[in-house]
Amino acid sequence: MTDDRRWLDEPRNVTRILYVLAALCALSAVADLFYTKHPHFTVESWFAFYPLYGFLGSVFLVLAAKRLRRWLRRDEDYYDAPEHRDD
Amino acid sequence: MTNPALVLMLGAVGVPLLRGWPRRVLLAALPIAALVVLWLLPEGTAGSFGFLGLELTPLRVDALSRVFATGFLVAALLTSVYAMHLRDSLQQAVILVYAGTAVGGALAGDLITLFVFWELAGLSSAFLIWAGRTERSHRAAMRYLVAQVTSGLLMLAGIVWRVHAGEGIEFGYLGLDGPGGVLILLAIGIKCAFPLLHAWLTDTYPEATIVGTVALSAFTTKFAVYTLARGFPGTEALVWIGAAMTVFPIFYAVIENDLRRVLAYSMINQLGFMVAGVGIGGALGVNGASAHAVADMVFKGLLMMAMGAVLLRTGTAKGSELGGLYKSMPQTTVLCMVGAASISAFPLFSGFATKSIILEAVAADHRTVVWLLLLFASAGVFHHAGIKIPFFAFFAHDRGYRVAEAPLNMRVAMALGALVCVGIGVAPDLLYGILPYAMDYEPYTTAHVVNQLQLLLLASLAFTVLIRTGLYPPEIRSVNLDVDVLYRRALPAGWHALSRRTSRLGDRFGPPLRRRTARLWAVGTAPLRPEGRLATSWSTHLMVWWVALLLGAVLLVTLLR
Repeated sequence: MTDDRRWLDEPRNVTRILYVLAALCALSAVADLFYTKHPHFTVESWFAFYPLYGFLGSVFLVLAAKRLRRWLRRDEDYYDAPEHRDD
Repeated sequence: MTNPALVLMLGAVGVPLLRGWPRRVLLAALPIAALVVLWLLPEGTAGSFGFLGLELTPLRVDALSRVFATGFLVAALLTSVYAMHLRDSLQQAVILVYAGTAVGGALAGDLITLFVFWELAGLSSAFLIWAGRTERSHRAAMRYLVAQVTSGLLMLAGIVWRVHAGEGIEFGYLGLDGPGGVLILLAIGIKCAFPLLHAWLTDTYPEATIVGTVALSAFTTKFAVYTLARGFPGTEALVWIGAAMTVFPIFYAVIENDLRRVLAYSMINQLGFMVAGVGIGGALGVNGASAHAVADMVFKGLLMMAMGAVLLRTGTAKGSELGGLYKSMPQTTVLCMVGAASISAFPLFSGFATKSIILEAVAADHRTVVWLLLLFASAGVFHHAGIKIPFFAFFAHDRGYRVAEAPLNMRVAMALGALVCVGIGVAPDLLYGILPYAMDYEPYTTAHVVNQLQLLLLASLAFTVLIRTGLYPPEIRSVNLDVDVLYRRALPAGWHALSRRTSRLGDRFGPPLRRRTARLWAVGTAPLRPEGRLATSWSTHLMVWWVALLLGAVLLVTLLR
């Protein structure tokens, strides 16, 4: 499907997007230094609390869900054909 | 005064009678007409009448009921535009009736009227699952109906209890301590998908038709949130129930393969924010829950519409089979991403303006743990609804689908939904202005915008890193165990096992028991048989002896008294 290749199909371009994202992330973290905070909680006044919480929370979420899958995963037809189930 | 609900429900009768353009015009005109009627109504109650000694108030308009009714009508308009391409007039009519029940429920001034609409909402919406017209959808509809009817019965029992306790049927603050309060809260808990009562939602919503799932996602659950906001604001237990609802579904959503089911899980997550808001109560809490409910009707509808369009064109909504669709469905891709940005609460999109009120309410109440949980859930919702949905459907691996764009009416509906999402995000005061309480809240402060961007950007970086390192769990064909395993597997299996065990017990102990009984019977009845002792003729002096003995015994008993 050479005629159908798009800009995103080029792995190099995806990597470029990645760099832009990483730069934005760094920028947003540094932005923490340039405004006055009005924290409700002490944790909010820590430097880069939101970025860290967002990153670590997400990683925990995905890895925990991956672990949960071991126990929760069943075949797609698990609930189908109840009449054959008892055999 | 006309009830906007009746406009929809009576107007729906016309849908099967018309064809082509007149029908489409009617589909769009009815929700718009109902909206006009709603906003022309003055605040207050109307049409009260006595019934069996109870005072019914079928129509009550105040700020809380009006904001929810407005949301329902906007969602009704979007859904009926989305359904215009169908030839199946049943689904189109049912959407209007179903939307009407939610509007009627939001405007109900007494508990009996509320109960009637509560049940009608469950009954009418079941047709949207039945409309799949397969064995699978039939079974799903039955499971759905059982949950809805159970909820209705609980509510009825609660109402009867209240009336019995002399509380009357006025629908105002109910409270957990009031008579029947627990039963009514349980009834709401089923429809609102409280933890452990939630399985019907994630089980059956993705089994509805393409259009049906969009309609289902808007009304039932938000109707329940309205009832909660009216009857149970400031109930402490709801804060924790809500927090649990925001957290547990996101784990499921990450590993779920069916993208419409991912959205069903994320719906519970969003409902959790609303329930927590109602639990906090006060102006901020109830305003936040109401505003977020309205925003959710639209952005969740928009996401469901996008997945519906994908399902219509490719025949599947499974993450494991989709990918690369941005090439063939670019407009749907963009509109889906607007919905994704809205649910993730990106600045300038609706979720940012509405969810933040709830977080502000929690923070103002100084509840650190709940706040941290909700913040974690906010990052989580971005993961599964904000990134996973668009990424696996439209990007990721190109699976080679070369399909047409979604039908025009679907794209129009999605574009209207996207417009509402951006509208609320850019000019939140439009929505804030119709909220039940006056409040002093400004979402666009530097700190709020920066913090939200930090949270979301780093969450997306985490996603990217996990994908690139191969740590992200791949989409695989599977189902995941949830509470529905109890009634879909454990209960039937238990019943089968029990009946099997019983018949085996019967085989083992039946024959000896039967032989033993037969022998006992033979011994016991032997004296009664023709040749038995009792049947032979007895001599007279023997009988005289017996009579004397009996008389003696009677005499003895009388003397001893």
